[in-house]
Amino acid sequence: MTPFLRLEGVAAPMPIDNVDTDAIIPSRETQSVVRTGYGEKLFANWRYRPGTREPDPAFVLNQPPFDQARILVAARNFGCGSSREAAVWALQQFGIACVIAESFGAIFRNNCVRNGLLPVSLSLPEVQRLLDELQKAGGARRMDVDLEACRVRAPGGAEFAFRIGALEREMLLKGADEIALTLSRRAQIEAFRDRDRRARPWVYATA
Amino acid sequence: MPRAQPLTLVEKIWNAHAVAELGDATTLLHIDRLFLHERSGGRMLQGVAAAGRKVFDPSLVFGTLDHIIDTDPGRTDKTKFPGGPEFIRTFRDGAAAAGVRVFDIGDPSQGIVHVIAPELGVAQPGLTLVCGDSHTCTVGGLGALAWGIGVTEGEHVLSTQCLAARKPTLLRVRFEGRLGPCVTAKDLILRLIGAHGARGGAGAALEFAGSAVRGLSCAARMTLCNMAVEFGAWTGIVAPDDVTIEFVHGRRFAPKGLDWDAALAWWRTLRSDDEAAFDREIVVDAPAIEPQVTWGTSSEQSVGVGEPVPSPADLADPVARASAEKALRYTEATPARPLLGLPIGAAFIGSCTNSRIEDLRAAAAILEGRKVAAGVTAICVPGSTAVKRQAEAEGLDQIFKEAGFQWREAGCSLCFYAGGDSFGPARRVITSTNRNFENRQGPGVRSHLASPLTVAASAVAGAIADPRRYVGHP
Repeated sequence: MTPFLRLEGVAAPMPIDNVDTDAIIPSRETQSVVRTGYGEKLFANWRYRPGTREPDPAFVLNQPPFDQARILVAARNFGCGSSREAAVWALQQFGIACVIAESFGAIFRNNCVRNGLLPVSLSLPEVQRLLDELQKAGGARRMDVDLEACRVRAPGGAEFAFRIGALEREMLLKGADEIALTLSRRAQIEAFRDRDRRARPWVYATA
Repeated sequence: MPRAQPLTLVEKIWNAHAVAELGDATTLLHIDRLFLHERSGGRMLQGVAAAGRKVFDPSLVFGTLDHIIDTDPGRTDKTKFPGGPEFIRTFRDGAAAAGVRVFDIGDPSQGIVHVIAPELGVAQPGLTLVCGDSHTCTVGGLGALAWGIGVTEGEHVLSTQCLAARKPTLLRVRFEGRLGPCVTAKDLILRLIGAHGARGGAGAALEFAGSAVRGLSCAARMTLCNMAVEFGAWTGIVAPDDVTIEFVHGRRFAPKGLDWDAALAWWRTLRSDDEAAFDREIVVDAPAIEPQVTWGTSSEQSVGVGEPVPSPADLADPVARASAEKALRYTEATPARPLLGLPIGAAFIGSCTNSRIEDLRAAAAILEGRKVAAGVTAICVPGSTAVKRQAEAEGLDQIFKEAGFQWREAGCSLCFYAGGDSFGPARRVITSTNRNFENRQGPGVRSHLASPLTVAASAVAGAIADPRRYVGHP
């Protein structure tokens, strides 16, 4: 996993609630078992005219400079719905490495952290302010996200601090392999299972 | 002796699975059951093998085919879903190589993962169970701590039989009082989400309690927990009781003999202590709830079947207003008018939310002696092969077929459109599923979520209908 330290780039506004993972990557766009090739499929239902691959100019990520977005700013409950990890892969393969929202779907958020995509939660007024700045005609479109300092700089220059769990921050900063970390606790896992097998033998009786 | 600290149900199960405290309120939890399916299971198994790792404990891993396989009678590995055979082959080969048991096409135990896990006794009270599907919380209805995960987390569980999880906030939702006629668990959960929003339970472990929940069957409790994720919750759970224990007893993978006695003794302790502290509690007056139907593209956008659709203009918050306007542009429901009478092109009964035998019996009670309205495509997909066979033994299949419903093989089917199977030209669907997202059930298809009763009544009416007008008066 690529470490996430700091990101400076174009931020795109998506000022709606409950953007679900079916919208981020429609089920019909995930017809291969591989993890690649999702960038062009991101938001396929909104990004292209129905039944085509012809870009819909009304969709934000089709409009310069947002077609170069590295950051997405949404509202409440971004990534709700299905557990499909391809939602994260599609955002990343399009070029988006950070999503800022008031809140996230729990599974989507976990998937982000495990793929090196930074989910930033800000208060609704802060998110609203970012959305307003990004939508203002002639306004600045670039933002800066610093995970080491846990702060984002709005297009207009205002700075907002954000909070993220220490373990998640560590995992993102280091691009850590969580499985390797857990396997380093193998003795602890085995000890738990020995105890647990005596306490709850039925759990392990699956023959 | 000092008195033990009062604990919630979720805390008790959590503590019993704590392998290590990782700091930052995060615990490495032992995972008692991992369920795989052909949509993401192959990818997870491939990932483990590609990393040069081994499956830690294949005896705790189960698999089924449900997401991609066709549900037409006589189905094979060939699928309407493009690329399906590759998913099926990758999954089957990966599972065989790892020694993971799979309930495959043709196996009498095959079915939707969240329907068969309880049916087979793979899900039990007090177990931790995860699956690469957001509706894994369904089996919380049995008192299991169960949640959906992604592919990378799935590889983690396969490799370690553990998963790190951050302690969730503890939310209790109490539904109190008796349910009105034709009001089901589906209506309870839709109203809860409607009242508190699709993120009303954000990140929480949600314990459903109260007299109305105690009065529900295990199947109905699973419907309730199924949509905890649509409420933004991490999971949903109902404390096991006599109803649960009777349900679990004798199932294929349920504890047997002395194990059963030991399990039972532990299950009896799995309830929130009287003094246990929740971070938040919501009390819902169950008798006030009407049969619900969604009008928008989020499960929070629901109303009683006879109530008017809200007007976005009444919403003060600009983002909420823009979201409602976007939803109405898509669904073309009319603000300030009820959904009742809105013509539909299709009706669907199925999915991990509402495809159990109780759901099929309830729908059949309305369909018996009636016909689906002309021009409506009506489809029933039992949740498991066992449910299908049970329904056939009871003659329910005849009722569905005589009414004009297609009677299919078990699977996820048209709960989501994946590029293959579709409702044909129908553009408005009444559906017993869990998601009314834009394009979820097909390009341009508007989905109205409702209970199987409301779906059956609407199929007969050819328009969104009130099931209370169809019960007992053929």
